[in-house]
Amino acid sequence: MLRHFLRSREAILTGALFFLLALIALRFPAFVAPRNLAAVFNDTAPLIILALGQMVVILTRCIDLSVAANLALCGMVAALINVAAPDLPVVAIIAMVVILGALLGAFNGILVWKVGIPPIVVTLGTLTIFRGIIFLISDGKWINAHEMTEGFKALPRADILGIPMLSWFAILTIAGFALLISRTALGRSFFAVGGNPHAAVYTGIDVGRTQFAAFVLAGALAGLTGYLWVARYAVAYVDIAGGFELDVIAACVIGGISIAGGIGSVGGAVLGALFLGVIKNALPVVDVSPFWQMAISGAAIIVAVVLNSRSNRPKGRLILRATEVRR
Amino acid sequence: MRILKTLISGAAMAAALVASPAMAQDNVRIALVVKALGIGFFEAANKGAEEAAAELGNVEIIYTGPTDTTAEGQIEVINSLIAQNVDAIAISANDTDALVPALKKAMDRGITVISWDSGVAPEGRQLHLNPSSNPLIGNMIVKLAADHLPEGGDVAVLSATTTSTNQNTWIEEMTKVLPDYPGINVVSTVYGDDLADKSYREATGLMQTYPDLKAIIAPTSVGIVAAAQAVVDAGKVGQVNVTGLGLPSEMAGAIESGASQSFAIWNPIDLGYSAAMLAYELSQNDVTVEPGAEIPMGRMGSLTLDDNNEGAMADPFVYDASNIEEFKSIF
Repeated sequence: MLRHFLRSREAILTGALFFLLALIALRFPAFVAPRNLAAVFNDTAPLIILALGQMVVILTRCIDLSVAANLALCGMVAALINVAAPDLPVVAIIAMVVILGALLGAFNGILVWKVGIPPIVVTLGTLTIFRGIIFLISDGKWINAHEMTEGFKALPRADILGIPMLSWFAILTIAGFALLISRTALGRSFFAVGGNPHAAVYTGIDVGRTQFAAFVLAGALAGLTGYLWVARYAVAYVDIAGGFELDVIAACVIGGISIAGGIGSVGGAVLGALFLGVIKNALPVVDVSPFWQMAISGAAIIVAVVLNSRSNRPKGRLILRATEVRR
Repeated sequence: MRILKTLISGAAMAAALVASPAMAQDNVRIALVVKALGIGFFEAANKGAEEAAAELGNVEIIYTGPTDTTAEGQIEVINSLIAQNVDAIAISANDTDALVPALKKAMDRGITVISWDSGVAPEGRQLHLNPSSNPLIGNMIVKLAADHLPEGGDVAVLSATTTSTNQNTWIEEMTKVLPDYPGINVVSTVYGDDLADKSYREATGLMQTYPDLKAIIAPTSVGIVAAAQAVVDAGKVGQVNVTGLGLPSEMAGAIESGASQSFAIWNPIDLGYSAAMLAYELSQNDVTVEPGAEIPMGRMGSLTLDDNNEGAMADPFVYDASNIEEFKSIF
């Protein structure tokens, strides 16, 4: 068991994460203070939540490029509702944007499931549509801090047991996914659909329906993150979280979730997100030239993909190739 | 029969009378191309351009731009404007050089091209309208920090992207006048890429790296808001003053919370107004563009061109707790 863990993707990533933290501590010791690490986790919480949603989508051999646009649209809607009805409780707003996010995800899902358009094309289209809708509903204007109510902005920052609510949302999402993936039929079917769609059909799993469920799940989480994002930065505008979908996919790839589907774990996605989060938070304090920052983030992704493709190489095919050579 | 003839010719004459003004001069179409749609500053500039159009009477403003701040997006927009054969293009550029070929093509087709706010290299435009002069802005942003630091101290700059034309110029000008502010020590320049989350993270990083930091100067509207929020969340209101360039409506919360004592911005409405006026003068009234020329721009007076055919509109204006209430509803 222990030996199995030590060879696993998660162990390698945990090791890499500690190595990274040690490197940073050499240049800026205060970074590894527990309080700062908690702050880094808090800052990475949106990425963790979205990476978990993206994970199930990728597991089913799909991809969702529209998560960041979905987040931005739901965030804008949350802010607009708050401005229009300041007395509405924040919990109600959260419920509304989670449902909205799920609906937007369902729209992606339906196009993939019933119309049969490749997911990358569908979500590339909805990405632009969602951003366009934000522009239409907001009229291109910002919703600013002084227009939002105090309660709306305070929730992600509220402390429970010394940890901000934003972090709690991430912790609860991780726990929920751990249960979903390991203990439910739906969770297992994500792997079945991605691993071998034909075999999945023979075991009675509806491939399209499972992909649809993954998109709805990812959408609902994007909706939730939309509120958290807007409340945390206390501003909503068309471009919020611009390009964030790439960070989310990068977190998944670093976390060992195979883009080809069927391989991945909750721990991997979380560690992948934390890895990116640590890099993003450390680069400003270790005094690295901004020109290098992007190159460093990019290099981390390439290294992860190389490691991934090496460890995931199917062993059966190697034997076949060897016999071919002999002939 | 005669009555009918009179009636017909009368009707024809009436029709000719009604039609002639419209036929004699088609609307002058001026395209206001911005860095990206959906940014408050440019929306306000459009308001000013519309005001100029109303004043001139026969002008139609086409407000357009890409959905994200890229040169590629702007090139597409320019090409489509050339296809529409507009009379003038007034652009705030995402890149100094990348837009030059597309804008040259526009000028070859007889379209008036001016840049405003963020400039294009001289060969890609006829003139450039600066909202204020770069030296004045560079001086203003450090003055805003220094005014609240009588004893001096460490300050840091939070900029947009490493390639933003105007931010880089202002920081350069700021560095030139630094000796005039003894005790003000600029410790670092970081880049938030005009993304709320990255700017927030960079501001947090600055406060960690320099515990004695007294002020963050952010000459960008996304950065200044994010930095103010980071200061509030770090519990450093009163210790770290966030200042720079921002919009009153976006900064009202930061002024209220005390994270920002004051900030400056020119009036974007005036800027859009002046850009439209200049574009009109150049395309319709055959004004010669040459160093030293003075070009009228309606209620904003006139623009005097320097050796690079650039001119400054006005001084930046300081906003603080005393006037924020009045301006936050305007732009």
